[in-house]
Amino acid sequence: MLRHRFPAMQMDIGFEVPAEGVTVLFGPSGSGKSTIINATAGLLRPDACRIEVGGTVLADTRAGLWLPPERRRVGLVFQDSRLFPHMSVATNLRFGMRRVAPGPIGFDEVVDLLGIGALLQRRPHTLSGGERQRVGIGRALLAQPHLLLMDEPLASLDAARKTEILPFLTRLKTALKLPIVYVTHALDEVMRLADSLVLIEAGQVVGYGPAPEVAARADMPLAQRDDAGAVLPCRVESHDPGRALTRLVDGGVAFLVPLLDLPVGAACRVRIPAREVILAGRPPEAISLHNIVPGTVRRIVADPGRRSVIVEIALPGGGLLSRVTPDAIARLALSPGAPVLALIKSTSIEVLGG
Amino acid sequence: MGFGLPLAVLAAWVLTRCRFPGRVLLNAFVHLPIVLPPVVTGWLLLIVFGVRGPIGALLQGWFGIRLVFTTAGAALACGVMTFPIMIRSVRLSLEAVDPGLEQAARTLGAGWLDRLFTITLPLASPGILVGGIVAYATCLGEFGAVITFAANIPGQTQTLPLAIYAALQVPGGEATAAKLSLVSLTLALIGLLLSEWIGRRLNRMLGR
Repeated sequence: MLRHRFPAMQMDIGFEVPAEGVTVLFGPSGSGKSTIINATAGLLRPDACRIEVGGTVLADTRAGLWLPPERRRVGLVFQDSRLFPHMSVATNLRFGMRRVAPGPIGFDEVVDLLGIGALLQRRPHTLSGGERQRVGIGRALLAQPHLLLMDEPLASLDAARKTEILPFLTRLKTALKLPIVYVTHALDEVMRLADSLVLIEAGQVVGYGPAPEVAARADMPLAQRDDAGAVLPCRVESHDPGRALTRLVDGGVAFLVPLLDLPVGAACRVRIPAREVILAGRPPEAISLHNIVPGTVRRIVADPGRRSVIVEIALPGGGLLSRVTPDAIARLALSPGAPVLALIKSTSIEVLGG
Repeated sequence: MGFGLPLAVLAAWVLTRCRFPGRVLLNAFVHLPIVLPPVVTGWLLLIVFGVRGPIGALLQGWFGIRLVFTTAGAALACGVMTFPIMIRSVRLSLEAVDPGLEQAARTLGAGWLDRLFTITLPLASPGILVGGIVAYATCLGEFGAVITFAANIPGQTQTLPLAIYAALQVPGGEATAAKLSLVSLTLALIGLLLSEWIGRRLNRMLGR
């Protein structure tokens, strides 16, 4: 559990993160995300704040309490990795480990989890950007932190390196029972990693909650983006190799997607972009698309900038977003509470892995 | 030299990392020997460390150490004169150490002394060593402060330039002076080349 409050000049932020899983702080550059991270790590002292991790108060400016970073047990992964250039990868990894009592996170486990076994004897300047970031994550983890902060860890990597490192992060979050606060301004990282989501704009929290909920809220800022869309946690129910389709289930709703490599029962996430969701009053006939999902209109929010409307549809297991024209709303006579059919092409559903 | 370098590192660290009243004054004080005529520095040393000077009397009374007109005195004079050179070099290399790395070390649980010895000093070591070597080479050429404070006693407090000067005062001493000048030139060159070489080697070791 972690509480923040910065009644500083332009910032006033308060939120709690769950004891496990990834909480993503998402917002544009300069919105105050890094300030939160640095204050939590103890590297930056705000005018006023209170920070608590798992029942331990790290900082409470009103009580005059300010633990220095070296006594916080808060791990920090930097955007620029900041490996010590005069030490080998192994010595870097052990730097924090040698300074704390042995904890639950083992050296071999971390090396294996991050796939850095072959790099141990190398010097940091011989590593690629992605490798450096993995070592940086390992180094922070081995200091046995009670909370792990990641400050845009993928921002300085190109797209290829990013896709190389994302699966490691996904593995990490399921393998470790550790609260992780992850800062980013890249939506794809949010969709893949976030369990909880804190939306930050200009020093204020503008949305907060479980990631699928926040992403599928038409009245929250994510819905106003071009790439708005819902994220649904799913499970692989069955494969149909004959039709080259896989059936995914989320709560009460099933989706058909092109055949996946995942085993039956595996958890995954799907992202359904709002602009790919078609609304209908009656089931259409003789149509190529596979997914006709019945739901209820929950909210209709105008997006005048794009001359369109965002419709939030309640499903048994979550929500969907659909971007349509105001004319479509009028023709279908949609209003909150009305039943509606959401039509989704199976090829429009992005499967994001575990 | 042995005492001078750690002292210079300490002073440089204080000057780069700490903000305190009187910092400007300390900074000016350690740099004085560059600006002052060396003879003045030597004379000031004589006053402070002389047998009747405040510190000199203490050293004489408690430890029986006499600095004036001794080899140790010559070393002290050299040390004081080259202190600014060392400080500048050490300071530059300390300032070149990325504060981000020290922050990283902090989040990994390293206290300030720990950080100084595991991060800051190792990363600044090329500059510190180079500063030491250049200062040593400069020491060999010290003239004014040494002759004032430690006199010109052959075999004890005579530095190279003092010997050269002495040789030039004697009729027919040009040959000796030339030989000694050659030695001086060689030593200076070796010092500079060595510092360059060590600096480059260490930098490569540090991955730069």
